[in-house]
Amino acid sequence: MSAHLAREIEALKQRMLHLCAIVEENLHKAVKAIELRDAAMAEEVVRKDVEIDDIEVETEEECLKILALYQPVAKDLRFIVAILKINNDLERIGDLSVNIAKQVCHLAMATKVAFPSELWDMTDKTRAMLKGSLDSLINLDPELARQVCVADKEVDALNKQVIEQAKEKMEGATPEHLDALIRMISVARHLERIGDHATNIAEDIFYMINGEIVRHKLSKKSLPPAG
Amino acid sequence: MELKMETRQLNLFYGGFQALRDVNLQIKPREITAIIGPSGCGKSTLLRCLNRMNELIRNVRTTGQILLDGRDIHDQAMELTSLRRRVGMVFQRPNPFPLSVFDNVAYGPRVHGTTDGAKLQAIVENALRATDLWNELKDRRNSPALALSPEQQQRLCISRLVAVEPEVLLMDEPCSALDPIATARVEELMRELAHSYAIVIVTHNMQQAARVSSETVFMLLGDLVEAGRTARIFENPRDKRTEEYISGRYG
Repeated sequence: MSAHLAREIEALKQRMLHLCAIVEENLHKAVKAIELRDAAMAEEVVRKDVEIDDIEVETEEECLKILALYQPVAKDLRFIVAILKINNDLERIGDLSVNIAKQVCHLAMATKVAFPSELWDMTDKTRAMLKGSLDSLINLDPELARQVCVADKEVDALNKQVIEQAKEKMEGATPEHLDALIRMISVARHLERIGDHATNIAEDIFYMINGEIVRHKLSKKSLPPAG
Repeated sequence: MELKMETRQLNLFYGGFQALRDVNLQIKPREITAIIGPSGCGKSTLLRCLNRMNELIRNVRTTGQILLDGRDIHDQAMELTSLRRRVGMVFQRPNPFPLSVFDNVAYGPRVHGTTDGAKLQAIVENALRATDLWNELKDRRNSPALALSPEQQQRLCISRLVAVEPEVLLMDEPCSALDPIATARVEELMRELAHSYAIVIVTHNMQQAARVSSETVFMLLGDLVEAGRTARIFENPRDKRTEEYISGRYG
């Protein structure tokens, strides 16, 4: 590999790590804002997303530039292709964090409705999935990536439970209470989508390392669920 | 799929130096196979084995088998002129004879016994059409071939091979003396010719191997390290040495 390409790839890696850190932090804040009904924190999440969007565009431009100028092959090619896709998933996770944060503004004003423990399990697991996928990117660890894919099933199951619980509580609920429950379902759905994006990232990392496209296959392999 | 050519446990020695080590190469019909590797890896030596060109060099000794349609090319029954007609070579530098365009292309058929003027005319026209030279040169058939551009000279050399109805075309860095536009034209011609012939190309230009070939063979220090579908080799090589070479980390 030419020294130029090595430098470009290293710079891209650093930019990606920076993006990972902001996206992870923003999801953390969005979830925390829900937990604390903290509208100010939610505002912060919305503001920070502008930075995520900018980095996403810059990262894509960098990848396209490297493809055009250096025509990378083998693991360099797989790295660029994976980064292009991961970049997109991270930006979507950023948007979903904003969607979660926006619910806080309404919830903060609504009657305090107790959320089921499954929702908090879901936030923990989704955040763990995102962290796992980003750690697998940093450490190039396919096993970690595989565990993320397995964990997605658990998040999906929790999402269903949250919806069931909400349905039960809706009977005889006041309009205000109903509004809070609908927002809760919405938060759960956004978390579930974040889990899907974390899975996409894990699959792309698996491809980057092994050169095998495992989409639609990885989660079916019998492996222990992520801790 | 039946193989057009194949080497089995091919070893080649230049005196005491071993240039090829137990090479098992497979050439599929109607496909382009690219042989890549750093200088001195044995890729041109391997190419020259396929039509026994190495026998022109002193002190060369080979062991193992080279098969054309399943028959050993070193068999007593296989005549050298017939082998070279069936397996033709295009060289790095275009090497037309110092004759007219027509006589260059007609040279092979004449050597192989075609004397009929009308038949020769037809052969020359077909061969020039096959390399897309007919429209450019039909009115200059009697001009000296050496007056043509390098790209036209190279295409003329390919026409010269096509005229004797070969089965395999060996190309040793056929575009290294050409500019990018001429290179693109010759590459396009190779793709056309691959509908009819097996083509084996030795190239230093990895992008060229990736662009034109469907099979890629990577060689290093006389060993055939890895062979496979070109897209697979360039996306996900199995051997670390292939990975290092194609991504420019070697050496």
